[in-house]
Amino acid sequence: MLKFFHRMASPKYFYQFTGKLIPWLGIACLGFMLAGLYDGLLVAPTDYQQGDSYRIMFVHVPAAWMSLFIYMVMATAGAIGLIWHIKLAEVMAISSAHVGASFTFLALVTGSIWGKPMWGAWWVWDARLTSELILLFLYLGVIALYNAVEDKRTAARATSILALVGVVNIPIIHYSVEWWNTLHQGPTVTKFDAPSIDLKMLIPLLLMAVAFKLFYAVVVLMRARCEILQRERNSGWVKELVRASS
Amino acid sequence: MNPVRKKRLILIGLMVAGVAIAVGFALNAFNQNLMFFYAPSEVIAGDAPPDHPFRLGGLVTTGSVQRQPDGLTTRFDVTDNVKTVTVQYTGILPDLFREGQGIVAHGKLNENGVFIADEVLAKHDENYMPPEVAASLKDAHDAATAPAAGKSSKP
Repeated sequence: MLKFFHRMASPKYFYQFTGKLIPWLGIACLGFMLAGLYDGLLVAPTDYQQGDSYRIMFVHVPAAWMSLFIYMVMATAGAIGLIWHIKLAEVMAISSAHVGASFTFLALVTGSIWGKPMWGAWWVWDARLTSELILLFLYLGVIALYNAVEDKRTAARATSILALVGVVNIPIIHYSVEWWNTLHQGPTVTKFDAPSIDLKMLIPLLLMAVAFKLFYAVVVLMRARCEILQRERNSGWVKELVRASS
Repeated sequence: MNPVRKKRLILIGLMVAGVAIAVGFALNAFNQNLMFFYAPSEVIAGDAPPDHPFRLGGLVTTGSVQRQPDGLTTRFDVTDNVKTVTVQYTGILPDLFREGQGIVAHGKLNENGVFIADEVLAKHDENYMPPEVAASLKDAHDAATAPAAGKSSKP
């Protein structure tokens, strides 16, 4: 197992292995996504208070979960890159940033569309919404900083530190609805007692969560392969690859 | 782990811990400002700013909603199950507004202690269930509380 990880840290092996892995992940993602959407939009019952409007949750909640999850992946990869100077960890960190920013944006937009009919406002400055907006700015900051520095290894080090400083925001987002009075409701699924959601609604939600995780895996690996080719453009195996394909 | 890497790991750990402590103190200091709304008992206790607009949050008391003759103004009581504040609002209420529902209103207290709201937002809870489950839960709740409540008449 350790040997596997050790081999995966080599960009060349990583490139070859993920090339074979991505199609399978893509098929699995499509399967979960279709099942989740069908179950969520057609099978799941309407809500006792919100009617059909609550169905936007099947996009909003997984997107919000992913925005936190990807940030933790990015910061962890950044820390590994800083400590062990593993190139692949740096590549994974920066490749995650774009996907994370997209999911954060999606969570904010779907939340806004949900908020207007239910709460009566597109946006309020409560702790949950504000901290999620800060998360979006952190992602954008990481991306901007990475692109501002010419040398990519220096850039990766700088962005990793920024990402690690921002980690403090993650528990704030999660617990904001418990620590302070907010307009956003409290946690439904990720609390210690039983989730306060009907099982028929929970299943499509979890299906969509798995689909979003797989989607992230596909996109981050594709981005990482791209980044590796760019960084290793002067190494023998990339030149070999280019010669073989042209 | 070699000493250099160990040192880097410790440095990163210290950095994250330091930032967390600093942010923790800052949030603690701003705790009051981070509250989106005041509860009715805080308003009665005088914690809310007297001359400034602020937000009041709580549950709409069952049976307290009165439509005024002009057709747009509504008066209702907001409670946190300890204290109650009367709210008056002129305008269109959100779809989710109903008795027993959580709301957040923005406005000012007038001299009679009535909260004059210029905006009312509905706060929905974290429970999601089909209507028939909600109905059966309500029946079970009513059946369980009816003997305990004795002969008190329903509002």
